[in-house]
Amino acid sequence: MANSKSTGLSGAIVNQAMLDSFRKLDPRSMVKSPVMFVVEIGCVITLLLSFDPNLFGGHYGVGSGERAFNVVVTVILFITVLFGNFAEAIAEGRGKAQAESLRKSKTDLTANRKLPDGTYENVPATTLRRGDIIRVVAGESIPADGEVIEGLGSVDESAITGESAPVIRGAGGDFSSVTGGTKLLSDELVVRVTADPGESFLDKMIGLVEGASRQKTPNELALSVLLAGLTLIFLIVVDTLDPIARYVGGNIDIATLIALLVCLIPTTIGALLSAIGIAGMDRVIRFNVIAKSGKAVEAAGDVNTLILDKTGTITIGNRLASEFVPVGSHTEKSLIELAVLSSLFDETPEGRSVVELGKEKGVAYIREEFIEAKNVEFSADTRMSGLDMADGTVVRKGAVDAIRQFVQQNGGIVPDDLEEKTNRIAGEGGTPLAVVKGNDVYGLIYLKDIVKPGMRERFEELRKMGIKTVMCTGDNPLTAATIAKEAGVDDFIAEAKPEDKMRLIKEEQAQGKLVAMSGDGTNDAPALAQADVGLAMNTGTPAAKEAGNMVDLDSDPTKLIEVVSIGKQLLITRGAITTFSIANDVAKYFAIVPAMFLLYVPQLQALNVMHLTSSRSAILSALIFNAIIIPLLIPLAMKGVRYRPMSATSMLIRNILIYGVGGVIAPFVGIKAIDLVITALGLAHI
Amino acid sequence: MTCSGTIGILAVVALILALAIPLGGYIYRVFTGQKSFLEPVYAPIERVIYKLVGINPSTDMDWKGYVKVWLLVQFVMAIFVYLIFTLQGRLPLNPDGIKGMSWDLAFNTAASFITNTNWQSYAGEQSMSYLGQMVAITYLQFTSAAAGVVAVIAFIRGIVANKGKTLGNFWVDYIKVHTRILLPLAFIFAVAFVGLGLPETLQGAQIVHTLQGGTQTISRGPVASLEAIKQLGTNGGGYFNANSAHPYEDPRAITTVLEILAMALIPAALIATFGKFIGDRKQAVVLYVFLTGLLLLGAFTIYASETSGNPILQHVLGISGQNMEGKEVRFGESLSSIFTAVTTAFTTGAVNNMHDSLTPLGGMVPIVFMMFNSVFGGIGVGLLNILMFLIIAVFLSGLMVGRTPEIFGKKIEAREIKLATAAMLVHPFVILVPTAIAIVTRAGTSSILNPGLHGFSEVLYAFTSGAANNGSAFAGLNGNTVFYNVAIGLVMLFGRYVSIVAMFAMAGSLVSKSVMPKTVGTLKTNTYSFGAVFLAVVIIVGALTFFPAVAVGPIGEQLQMLAGQVTQ
Repeated sequence: MANSKSTGLSGAIVNQAMLDSFRKLDPRSMVKSPVMFVVEIGCVITLLLSFDPNLFGGHYGVGSGERAFNVVVTVILFITVLFGNFAEAIAEGRGKAQAESLRKSKTDLTANRKLPDGTYENVPATTLRRGDIIRVVAGESIPADGEVIEGLGSVDESAITGESAPVIRGAGGDFSSVTGGTKLLSDELVVRVTADPGESFLDKMIGLVEGASRQKTPNELALSVLLAGLTLIFLIVVDTLDPIARYVGGNIDIATLIALLVCLIPTTIGALLSAIGIAGMDRVIRFNVIAKSGKAVEAAGDVNTLILDKTGTITIGNRLASEFVPVGSHTEKSLIELAVLSSLFDETPEGRSVVELGKEKGVAYIREEFIEAKNVEFSADTRMSGLDMADGTVVRKGAVDAIRQFVQQNGGIVPDDLEEKTNRIAGEGGTPLAVVKGNDVYGLIYLKDIVKPGMRERFEELRKMGIKTVMCTGDNPLTAATIAKEAGVDDFIAEAKPEDKMRLIKEEQAQGKLVAMSGDGTNDAPALAQADVGLAMNTGTPAAKEAGNMVDLDSDPTKLIEVVSIGKQLLITRGAITTFSIANDVAKYFAIVPAMFLLYVPQLQALNVMHLTSSRSAILSALIFNAIIIPLLIPLAMKGVRYRPMSATSMLIRNILIYGVGGVIAPFVGIKAIDLVITALGLAHI
Repeated sequence: MTCSGTIGILAVVALILALAIPLGGYIYRVFTGQKSFLEPVYAPIERVIYKLVGINPSTDMDWKGYVKVWLLVQFVMAIFVYLIFTLQGRLPLNPDGIKGMSWDLAFNTAASFITNTNWQSYAGEQSMSYLGQMVAITYLQFTSAAAGVVAVIAFIRGIVANKGKTLGNFWVDYIKVHTRILLPLAFIFAVAFVGLGLPETLQGAQIVHTLQGGTQTISRGPVASLEAIKQLGTNGGGYFNANSAHPYEDPRAITTVLEILAMALIPAALIATFGKFIGDRKQAVVLYVFLTGLLLLGAFTIYASETSGNPILQHVLGISGQNMEGKEVRFGESLSSIFTAVTTAFTTGAVNNMHDSLTPLGGMVPIVFMMFNSVFGGIGVGLLNILMFLIIAVFLSGLMVGRTPEIFGKKIEAREIKLATAAMLVHPFVILVPTAIAIVTRAGTSSILNPGLHGFSEVLYAFTSGAANNGSAFAGLNGNTVFYNVAIGLVMLFGRYVSIVAMFAMAGSLVSKSVMPKTVGTLKTNTYSFGAVFLAVVIIVGALTFFPAVAVGPIGEQLQMLAGQVTQ
């Protein structure tokens, strides 16, 4: 998916979409969008009338211009249908291009399958079944999804994730899953196949990006019902117009009735509805998240509670030095010097952070100057690390109680304020490390969980969306509370076990809330399955990926926030274009109704507020406006209405003003402009 | 328009709200089983009724059970009154010897009163015996109103229940509406009406000798009691053909104010009841503001149009002044205008002036109010329609704020939208299709009194009135023909039952859903901005469908009048 991040549309995609918009004229595929299907039927009827205007009765002579009018209406209706098809085709087009590049990575794969006697045979990858054992050696493509049961190797997953840096995959633990179509770069793996052909991750992805397996989401379904209902209402309205005209002593030609019908039924949203859905899924994919269904993306927009692991999600995995706290009579400077010295050869992130902080505070040593010193690594036994200097001085840093013991053993005295300062750091949720030289305690290094930059702002955004965030951590409640406060989450569970997460999800759901969580381990799987939105990390175990309804290829748990936004954006776009579509009807009525009855009730000219030139130019202007609004809104449908976190009421006001009020005004302007053009071209009286 | 007339209209509306809101709280207490101070009176009566009918008041029904009995009870009643209408000539309590009705008129009348429409193809004093007036008409005026109330109460229970199953016990609800709401209120109003001069007697028509020496038959009967429930139950079917324009039904200004109050009282109160049920006062306030706004807009449109009169009369005949044709001098323009607005907004259908004689614009207001069918609306069903539009509005605005739409914590999904769309669809269907048929067939056009666009308005009005279960008429149209009796009869039945049954089904679907907790992301429906969306949905979806018909009818007629055109 390396090429998938580009948002531009290549000429090839546009050309293909144009071709597809003709292919989609097939009534069997049109019927899926009832609104546009009605337009297509209308188009067929006016086409027939173009050959013989009196086909369904009437006495239109040669001079009436009826045939020309029918031809023009037919052409506009045909273009309207094509525009709708084009919107859908172009939304699908991008996915198809992606699917094509994905397919390339899975062609002609072969596999070494283990036979019952322990030997391996070479078979085409398509014959692999779930449970087969295969061997993959460096340089080969992994032929199927599976779980590593033996070996450790680096894998190039760029075909799936677009990330070129290789990742390590090995037996056991949370990094055992491999994906078909990726390439083993080093070593050798024995893999148990976990997917039958056609069901692999790559297959699912191809299906998703192509939109082939797209099902209507619950909201889309509800909206389709409403649109079909409105279509039916307007069908009734239009059908009753000819009787009314006859009562006032005239009649209305069929092309005009069809034109009014097409103008009134919600063609704008009808034409763009599936494009919006496809483009929404596409946006999710462009964030490198694979949603297993559109329903999951929509559910994400409704999430009330977001459960996030602390480590790796909210904080950057490791604790880092943030402060030096001297004890006894020692100065901060002497403590810093000693602390940096103790960490000089320490390669752990904690150790590096001490050196970094020291450098910031103006203390720097060069390793080469201490080449004779002996580095003592951390051990679980001593719980200390440091240096044995060439002159025999012992420098150590470590857990406070371990250092205390060490000092007392060596006959030193522990300064009185050590305990108090230790308790302060622990009380604030930090980890204190004591630094000692010989038997003299110099002070404490304050190690702190560092909240990832920008997390606080993101949680603030979530709060504005009405989403509660809960942090899950194995830390004690005190530490947890500090981080929770610093990160700005609403709630936390300390000393959390996997069951706790599950319980929390069930509790929230019992209150009617929708819960989202991310996870990667096998022990996360039940909770991922229980959550309404479960985002599994691509680095996670197959069980976790199976249980979640989304997989993040970049394995970034904070992606949930983007997915929530996309889910909302999807709904907003549908709502906005629907509102716009319905609001348009007001102006169209004012264009067409006076035009229809002008001959029989001349006073209705007063309703012709736009002062359109003639009846026919009024009808054609409305119809042309109705058609060209579709391609004009394709970019909006594809990109989605901009979503900014704000309260529901202010968002409603904003969108109503833009799409509701704008939807009432825009067609008045547009129809008048088109009428001016038609008049200028001298076509107002065809 | 005069200052006193304007104040009069505002005062009547203020009076309605002042009395309706406390009544709404009382209705809430009735349906949540709370005791009233008259408990020692009500409880034993109700217990006896439960015993007699064999009801266990503690069992609750799911939506199917509820709607089944709800329909069955009304079906039995409809058959019963149909038989009375056809056989009244041979039944007692018929001092004036009135004959039985023809099948089509009896069908129309039974359908009309069972649906709370009270469309009257018959002239009351000539074609309805006392038995018919009391046992059929007055009786159905109670029961059809009660049926509307229990329907909306059951629906509200479906909204507020959290993962519930049942909507309450139909029998208990139905009996309580009678014993605790309709009968006491009707009694109070009837006594007031008798005190203000309405007749209440079982004696036959009186023959009097006039000063010129001629004789005159003066019809009378149990008028006051019928008048009370006629208005309270948003029924509108008068004792006399002239309805509330008749001096025995509505003798003076004060009685007409009381009648306006009576017909608006319960539908307006139910909004407050609803607010109590969902525990959200502000929601009720927002609805009151927008609905009252629409009501006043309509009332003042009529008032302005009627007082400015007909310019043709000025030009051609030199008669200037307001349009008093079809109006009673004792009510004047302002009380006639507010009566017309209220009777169509609350879909009662009683008239104290002849709507057919209104100026075209003045006549458009009642038509449009009935097309909305939700400016407060009829008893019970009005609120149901309001809720239906609320659901559509919530769906659209829910999408626009990026959440699966929810109303009062309940998710709106495909099934709810399907049912709301069905409920919404039936109204334009049963108005426009029969109108179209009527104006192109001989059977339809031969009943039209006035030529041209006004004739079209008459037909449009008739079917709109039937569909909205209103019952008022542009009386120029002769409705007592087989065609209109059957057509309007069917329109009334479809107009009422399709949408109510759809709403019952929706209640069945909503009741089992869990109530979602409110968060910042939840779309608040109790704000004025949402109220504006609701109004826009009512206007665009509810009225835009009728725009062509209204354009050719009243709007065209008004434009013709302003242009000075006299005939087509």
